[in-house]
Amino acid sequence: MDDEPLRRTALFEVHRTLGARIVPFGGFEMPVQYAGILAEHEAVRKRAGLFDLSHMAQFELRGNDVAAWADTLTVNHVATMKPYRARYNIFTNAAGGAHDDVIFYRLPERWLVIVNAGNAHKMWAHLEAERRGDVQLRDLRGETALLAVQGPRSVEVLATLVAADIAALKYYTCVETKAGGAPAIVARTGYTGEDGFEVFLPADAAVSLWNALLTEHRRVLAPCGLGARDVLRLEAGMPLYGHELTEEITPLQAGLGWAVKFAKPSFIGKAALEAQAAANVYPRINGLVLDGRVPMRAGYRVLRDGAAVGEIRSGSIAPSAGSKSIGTALLDPASATVGTRLGVEVRGTEHLATTVALPFYKRG
Amino acid sequence: MAQPAGLLFSKDHEWVKVDGDVATIGISDYAQHSLGDIVYVELPRVGATLQQFAGIGVVESVKAVSDIFTPLGGEVLEINAALEADASLVNREPYDGGWFYKLKLGDDSEKQNLMSGDDYDKLIAEV
Repeated sequence: MDDEPLRRTALFEVHRTLGARIVPFGGFEMPVQYAGILAEHEAVRKRAGLFDLSHMAQFELRGNDVAAWADTLTVNHVATMKPYRARYNIFTNAAGGAHDDVIFYRLPERWLVIVNAGNAHKMWAHLEAERRGDVQLRDLRGETALLAVQGPRSVEVLATLVAADIAALKYYTCVETKAGGAPAIVARTGYTGEDGFEVFLPADAAVSLWNALLTEHRRVLAPCGLGARDVLRLEAGMPLYGHELTEEITPLQAGLGWAVKFAKPSFIGKAALEAQAAANVYPRINGLVLDGRVPMRAGYRVLRDGAAVGEIRSGSIAPSAGSKSIGTALLDPASATVGTRLGVEVRGTEHLATTVALPFYKRG
Repeated sequence: MAQPAGLLFSKDHEWVKVDGDVATIGISDYAQHSLGDIVYVELPRVGATLQQFAGIGVVESVKAVSDIFTPLGGEVLEINAALEADASLVNREPYDGGWFYKLKLGDDSEKQNLMSGDDYDKLIAEV
């Protein structure tokens, strides 16, 4: 599947016209930036940003057994979700590691599961292989688009183009409505640490909604790429699959224990996670703040008294945290406590850093 | 786009301004634009001796780390301390406030391995 040609979202030509820099990501040609990562980051923190997230795979689940079945594959509750609710969840392997982290959206007659673009093939195969009872799966890729409006002025931006009263929509809920005249699901979810919405709509309606939003709100709304999205999510302490969460890094190690419901009768990886929780001695993801300004990059070694105690998993300069050099690190148990002084090896030189609790940024 | 007069360029997108036996070095406007928001510049130590075209430091944008190849050899006389506090000077003023370091020129003939602003314009037009 690595040989497959790169795919394009319905908005590809629009991105090019806007002068986006295009990079391969998750099997798609995606915009990494338009005006610049820092300017786009600022737009989302202070006003609003518009993202094309159509590369993320949307799987539709139908059938009487969906909830009970999905509960056996994931760590968080599925069956307890009420219609029009959204919930973060993690599909696990037998060792408790993460196949993917996803969001479930429950609608009256169906469920949407949004999976990471890079995990789309793996997750589709997993769902097909594990399918039991009255469960029908549909891969909506190519048919549907996903736009996100994120930032403190998101309500004012999106309200002019959505029929439903989105100001009344609660965090992690969704509504079936019309957006730009097309049938759409609008959810109050996001991956930036700001207020905002995600809009699922037919692919052939995406360009018209995108252009209408930018035309009507040009002073407030900026098109934003995946570069800004990564800085925003890291500041907000949100995991990125492949970095803070992998087939080897469990939800407990990633600090996502709040999403692991041991009260569920059984799910793949439950025994392994219970054993890990009971022993309570395992490498953990921590935040790190460097004393100096050199950026930390994934893969850099973390040292304590000259010995390796972990590895940087993500890093960036944090405009919303004093422009400090921040990162996440998977750290040995003895070093994975807040306030530990550690070294980070950058091109052979050790730079001092301190472990901190996540997130680095929380909206006021 | 015409380059500022009196500069020489390397194919690695560094510029040099030679004044007597002192060379001032930075990266081109094209390079800073390609890199995007620059957040960190790591430069050689004052007193270090550099060989022409050797990798002698890095410039980091939000997303990437790129090597700096010195366009001329010589001894480092001074580095631009202002970049430590504000690396975005390289984005805003690549040919002025965003300079990287100054060298005491070693071998004057090394300049023959560099190109004029006009030739550099042709190079980036082909990219």
